[in-house]
Amino acid sequence: MIELLNERLYYLVAFLLMGIGTYMMIDKSNLVKKVIGMNVFQSGIFLFFIVIAYVSGASPPLVTAPGPYVSPLPHVLILTAIVVGVSLTAVALGLIVRIYGEYGTLDTTVIREVSEDD
Amino acid sequence: MTDLPALVIVFPIFASIAVLLVGLVRPRTGWPIATLASIVQIAITGSLALRGFNGDPVQYVVGGFTVPYGIELVIDGLSATMIVLVAVVALGVLGYARTAGPRSNSFYATYLLLVAGLTGMSITGDVFNMYVFLEITGLTAYALVASGKGGRSALAALKYLLVGTFGASLFLLGIGYAYVATGTLNMADLSGQLAAVGYTSSLVQAAFGLLVVGLFVKIAVFPLHTWQPVAYAGAPDAVSGLISALVSTVSAYALIRIVFSVFTVDFLLANPFARTVLMAGAVVSIVTGSLLAVAQSEIKQLLAYSSVSQFGLIIGAIAVGNDTALTGAAIHLVGHAIMKGGLFLTAGLIGTNAGSRTVTEFEGLGKHLPIGAGSFGIIALAMVGVPPTIGFVGKWYIALGAVETQSWPLAAVILLSTLLTLAYFARLIERMYFREPAVTTSSVETTDATDAVNVATDGTGTTPSMGMWMTVVTAAVLSVVLGVVAFEYGQLLEPTIEHLLS
Repeated sequence: MIELLNERLYYLVAFLLMGIGTYMMIDKSNLVKKVIGMNVFQSGIFLFFIVIAYVSGASPPLVTAPGPYVSPLPHVLILTAIVVGVSLTAVALGLIVRIYGEYGTLDTTVIREVSEDD
Repeated sequence: MTDLPALVIVFPIFASIAVLLVGLVRPRTGWPIATLASIVQIAITGSLALRGFNGDPVQYVVGGFTVPYGIELVIDGLSATMIVLVAVVALGVLGYARTAGPRSNSFYATYLLLVAGLTGMSITGDVFNMYVFLEITGLTAYALVASGKGGRSALAALKYLLVGTFGASLFLLGIGYAYVATGTLNMADLSGQLAAVGYTSSLVQAAFGLLVVGLFVKIAVFPLHTWQPVAYAGAPDAVSGLISALVSTVSAYALIRIVFSVFTVDFLLANPFARTVLMAGAVVSIVTGSLLAVAQSEIKQLLAYSSVSQFGLIIGAIAVGNDTALTGAAIHLVGHAIMKGGLFLTAGLIGTNAGSRTVTEFEGLGKHLPIGAGSFGIIALAMVGVPPTIGFVGKWYIALGAVETQSWPLAAVILLSTLLTLAYFARLIERMYFREPAVTTSSVETTDATDAVNVATDGTGTTPSMGMWMTVVTAAVLSVVLGVVAFEYGQLLEPTIEHLLS
């Protein structure tokens, strides 16, 4: 059991992060915390990709390093996905600034009350 | 012209940059450039579609790599249909947005980026590339929803962003699983490798589940639809017309690609549970979407829930998975895009002109806004599936496909869905034509109908332009005319569907 856990620890952490992120997105009423949750969730997925690329005893995929190499393709994919994630966070924060300007709060429960009064 | 498949994605991106750069020098050039770009885009997609429909699919590998390492672009009958649809709807909505929509240059730039994202999703032959285009589409759609005034559209966009990102991330995770199982990302290569790994391997099953659920979020299948009514109702009229017509449609196309090009029919045969889940999603979506639509009082929310129900039909066709049902799915995708886009734009036009944005405010519209009410009525009837409209042909093929495979529950629900669709549209049609306009406040009972109309018009101010009328009437005409040619289109699509199912 412990041995199995040790072997799969990285996967476990990756999925734990996804779980924490999802929980934050659902549970937190503060909009910024929801966005942080989204980032944590995505980080979990990024780490999952990095873990699957790992080959035990291999060196980083650099021309100067001796072989065998870890798989470089997932690294490149995640580089792209990180760029996507950053743009998403930027758009989300931009929207949050606008929402704060309109409602004067970031709390979803308060916003719901205010917008029902309209 | 051998680089045309790459150009069809890159061109709208360049046009979007051009809108921003020229806008720095001359501020009011956004609309002409965007329109010109859309017309050129129709020409490019048209010539590609001709090649895609004649014989073998067009294949193109970006950057001089070889398949399966490079990113491949594939244009067959189905993807050709999608890129032409995207280009045509984009031009139509631009005609509407000139006076109605948000008019800033950044709006037009984002608009063209959305066109690029949707086109990319339609023709890519690589799953990771599809994820990137899915996110480009998503990002631009969030920004467009937020282009409305006030806090409501910003809140709607943020909700759309959080839920949409979650869906796209699940899609990415699914790609990860498929990659672990096979070590490849090219769709054609994946389908062979996945078969070699074995369709009952839990890795492959998990990949399928994650990819499908991720796309369910993007298509807005019940119960993952929660972002959709908020986003469609919160967006400006032109934007809700555009995204309701295209974003879910292209995501549903992506689902067809993933299920049939990557996992193939054999996967569905090896995993009856996967088919059951698709079927259940379809049935629940059709019924619940319609029931929720009946319960709405705001027109745009009603139309959004109607989308949830209509995309249930598409999922149903995928679950059935024979050539008749898939032909129906393709026809209904095109038909729904034209009809739903048209309905949103007509609703927007009626809202601008008469101030009617709720079901009760539609009373008596047939009298003082005959063209608007007429267009809305025709498209609504097409949506219900009255022959010979396009809505009828799509539903007919899907129902026929369900009967052929003896999926009786689905066939029954499809017939029921026609009644349910009638339930929410009949309410509107009855109000438009068979009731006198209600007096706005109960205290002034003596005020006659025309006064109530004047009050409503004062509230909004702007009058609809020529372009708005033309777009709306064209959508109404198309929803009838396309029904007549849909059977020929079905035959034209036959080789593509056969290839997809083989």
